[in-house]
Amino acid sequence: MSVFIIRRLMQSVLVVWIMSLLVFVGVNIVGDPVDMLVNPEADQAEIERFIKDLGLDRPLHEQYWYFLLNALKGDLGNSFIFNQPALKLIVQRIPATFELAIVALLMAIIVGIPLGVYAGLKPDGKISKTIMATSILGFSLPTFWVGMMMIMVFAVMLGWSPSYGRGETASLFGIEFSFLTWNGLRHLFLPALNLSLFKMSLVIRLARAGTREVVHQDYIKFARAKGLSQNRIIFVHLMKNIMIPVVTVLGLEFGGLIAFSVVTETVFSWPGMGKLIIDALNNLDRPVVVAYLMIIVVIFVVINLVVDVLYSILDPRVRLQDLKG
Amino acid sequence: MSDVPTLAVENLETHFFTKAGVAKAVDGVSFSVGRGEIMGLVGESGSGKSVTGFSILGLVDPPGRVVGGKVLFNGEDLIGASEQRMQKLRGNKIAMIFQDPMMTLNPVLRIDTQMIETVLAHEKVSKETARQRSRDTLAQVGIPSPEERMRAYPHQFSGGMRQRVAIAIALLNKPDLIVADEPTTALDVTIQGQILYEAQKLCRETGTALIWITHDLAVVAGLADKISVMYAGRLAEQGTIDDVLDHPVHPYTIGLLGSVPGHNTRGQRLYQIPGMTPSLLSLPDGCAFKERCEFSDAACALRQEITEPVPGRAVRCCHPQIEAAR
Amino acid sequence: MSEIQQTTRDVNPDILLVETPFQRFMADFLEDRVAVVSLGVLIGIIFIALFAPLISPMDPYDLAKVTILNGKLPPGSQSMDGVTYWLGTDGAGRGLLSSIFYGLRISLGVGVASAVVALCIGASIGLVAAYYGGRTDTIIMRIVDIQLSFPAILVALVLLAVLGKGIDKIIIALVIVQWAYYARTVRASALVERNKEYVEAATCLALGDRRILFRHLLPNCMPPLIVVGTVQTAHAISLEATLSFLGVGLPITEPSLGLLIANGFEYMLSEKYWISFFPGVALLITIVSINLVGDQLRDILNPRLQK
Repeated sequence: MSVFIIRRLMQSVLVVWIMSLLVFVGVNIVGDPVDMLVNPEADQAEIERFIKDLGLDRPLHEQYWYFLLNALKGDLGNSFIFNQPALKLIVQRIPATFELAIVALLMAIIVGIPLGVYAGLKPDGKISKTIMATSILGFSLPTFWVGMMMIMVFAVMLGWSPSYGRGETASLFGIEFSFLTWNGLRHLFLPALNLSLFKMSLVIRLARAGTREVVHQDYIKFARAKGLSQNRIIFVHLMKNIMIPVVTVLGLEFGGLIAFSVVTETVFSWPGMGKLIIDALNNLDRPVVVAYLMIIVVIFVVINLVVDVLYSILDPRVRLQDLKG
Repeated sequence: MSDVPTLAVENLETHFFTKAGVAKAVDGVSFSVGRGEIMGLVGESGSGKSVTGFSILGLVDPPGRVVGGKVLFNGEDLIGASEQRMQKLRGNKIAMIFQDPMMTLNPVLRIDTQMIETVLAHEKVSKETARQRSRDTLAQVGIPSPEERMRAYPHQFSGGMRQRVAIAIALLNKPDLIVADEPTTALDVTIQGQILYEAQKLCRETGTALIWITHDLAVVAGLADKISVMYAGRLAEQGTIDDVLDHPVHPYTIGLLGSVPGHNTRGQRLYQIPGMTPSLLSLPDGCAFKERCEFSDAACALRQEITEPVPGRAVRCCHPQIEAAR
Repeated sequence: MSEIQQTTRDVNPDILLVETPFQRFMADFLEDRVAVVSLGVLIGIIFIALFAPLISPMDPYDLAKVTILNGKLPPGSQSMDGVTYWLGTDGAGRGLLSSIFYGLRISLGVGVASAVVALCIGASIGLVAAYYGGRTDTIIMRIVDIQLSFPAILVALVLLAVLGKGIDKIIIALVIVQWAYYARTVRASALVERNKEYVEAATCLALGDRRILFRHLLPNCMPPLIVVGTVQTAHAISLEATLSFLGVGLPITEPSLGLLIANGFEYMLSEKYWISFFPGVALLITIVSINLVGDQLRDILNPRLQK
């Protein structure tokens, strides 16, 4: 088990390193940093000074080396707009994004699994067919448009909930969270629902497919032959089997939620990392863009790692293979 | 009490309502099993013997449905019994063992979980008591160091060991009746022998009635007290094991026994019943075996009733081969 | 040798007599009512996109005809010069129906163009990986795996951050995002095909690698490729709309559906819902109909589901 984790850890470090190279090359070679950074009205002397300040006159491999060294020290440059360390700026926004993504994930699971299992148990029922048709719609609806329509209906027309921002937050472990106050929860609900719609459809489909497969297995019939109650069979024998694919996919999709929060955060003006990167892109705030990319790579690599480990805990068959391997 | 058999099946009919038509998987089957008695239920694949087993426990999945007959368990009719009542009986008074040991245990639950839940589903005892009983039962079916093995997952057991676990689960609540659906078919011959021996011993000791579903006549010969032969969803012949095996009366039973290779058939061409099993979707009104039978004539086209051409023998055939039996 | 040649060249005349594969394919496709309706809708959308300038009530980008006086008219209202705007007008006075027709042109164009280019590139790379195997395969598939472990929107965002705005740039970004899906699909089916006799026969005939790859292997990998291609086209359209909405995709000179929706964003709080609502509906119908057609294609072309 530990050998497996160490091997995966080394792979992860490699991926992060390759991505740092790609990000660096992308920003410094494909795009012209001077173009992107300097005020277009600056004169030649100003540009020269700028280039020297940023070390852009040095050879590329040297530039990369400094970039890497500084990155390891946690220094990814200062934001041009906020004049603050880019890394700090992003780290400050992480809780808001994570809060949104986690609540969205929970919504997807809490709503998606029961609906999916139901549709799997009664595949020919009217309710099941409605559930599945809705999930196809959930796959096709563009997130940003649905978000706008949600604001339109629930915030503007009905006035049930606020349309932007995080609302009041309360502090937990020194971090501010919206879900701790009633006002914050009201702000959180619509964006989280918006973000979760796509994943909800995915969970419904996975849970349904899993249920339909497991229900016909001999061990379910054997469980019935043992005289177990319907609840015990569904919630223990069936659930534990369908949770394996659902957890794997959802773990991987958590990264997707964080990436897609870019869209939801922009629509709902949610002050998270996603809103920050879009603002940074529109303002050509390069250090923030670079810092965001590096952080998101690390987040992704960590998520993939956690999913692999979780998977091996959930599925005893995988665990054994790792022990052997 | 003693004159009421543990299980009496009367005229059981289980049909499958498929898009292609109604398949009469079980079509008028009757038999009874008493305390400590072992009955072999024999037939080719598709003859309805497994469906008979599932019908007894009320576990026939749609599109299948029990449409007629009685299943009297200790005198109580289980057809039409509430799902609640059935749940109470299953795994408690009536247990079942399935054919494929690789598939019957839930792969993601530990053995102890799967055993303890069976005890707790039927009795209000402490978890510790349930664990204790599970361990004892595992030891009883010959699993070495049960304490340790209980914490393992099914995939860590061999096929034979898994089937022992499944048998142990069936025995946990000391049932009055066990329905075993080809439990040894997927196993090695040596392991099969051990399991048969243990099954027989258990029934004698505890008075459990056992229905052993199989297509293997050799297994039944060494195990059962009586035998029921099924063909195309209907009962062909029924009687004590020695009577039927030594002097079969129904042409199908004769053919079946004739197709078993024995040491005296060496070098000869093996007998085979001509033709194929008919489709369950289009069974004839008369004898389902008539197309393959050398004795068939016009009388076979009529609906066959069960007769008793020889004392103690039930046969559904208008040309019972009594001469051959003598 | 001549025998092998014959078996590979001969076309079985029986098949032609009964029904062509295409006829059978169409018969299968037409069995499902939802799929037929979707296909009809999709053909309609393509028709609108192709002939937008001819069928639009007005040219929304002809400055002489657009006047701000007609701005923000609700659906079905008449302007002062007697023109009825069935879907209303946007902030600048452009008729939404016409804007949507023109927008479909751009959205569909970008989606189809990027999907086709990505398909060609991805399929070639996947074929190469499957055919040569070994190191080449390992390296290519590792790249594919790593790329697919990042969400498409993130990769596209990064690329556009570097490349900047523009119709060519968004097509490049979408191609880079999508090629890996095609590569993986083609590789999977090519690996199966590679070991079949007809490839061996072609190898025995000493045909060139390129000929074997594209004339023998590729046609046999087409069914899954078509299915993935349909789904990915829908993805590309949705992704382009999202990126344009975020302001990193198309410039305002190329008003795709995504940009139309973004335009309406500011009017939404004043309850002028139609400016983003109708372009969104158009986008939704496009994506849903492509997905439903794709679903049906998958059911027909999946060999596992075939009788």
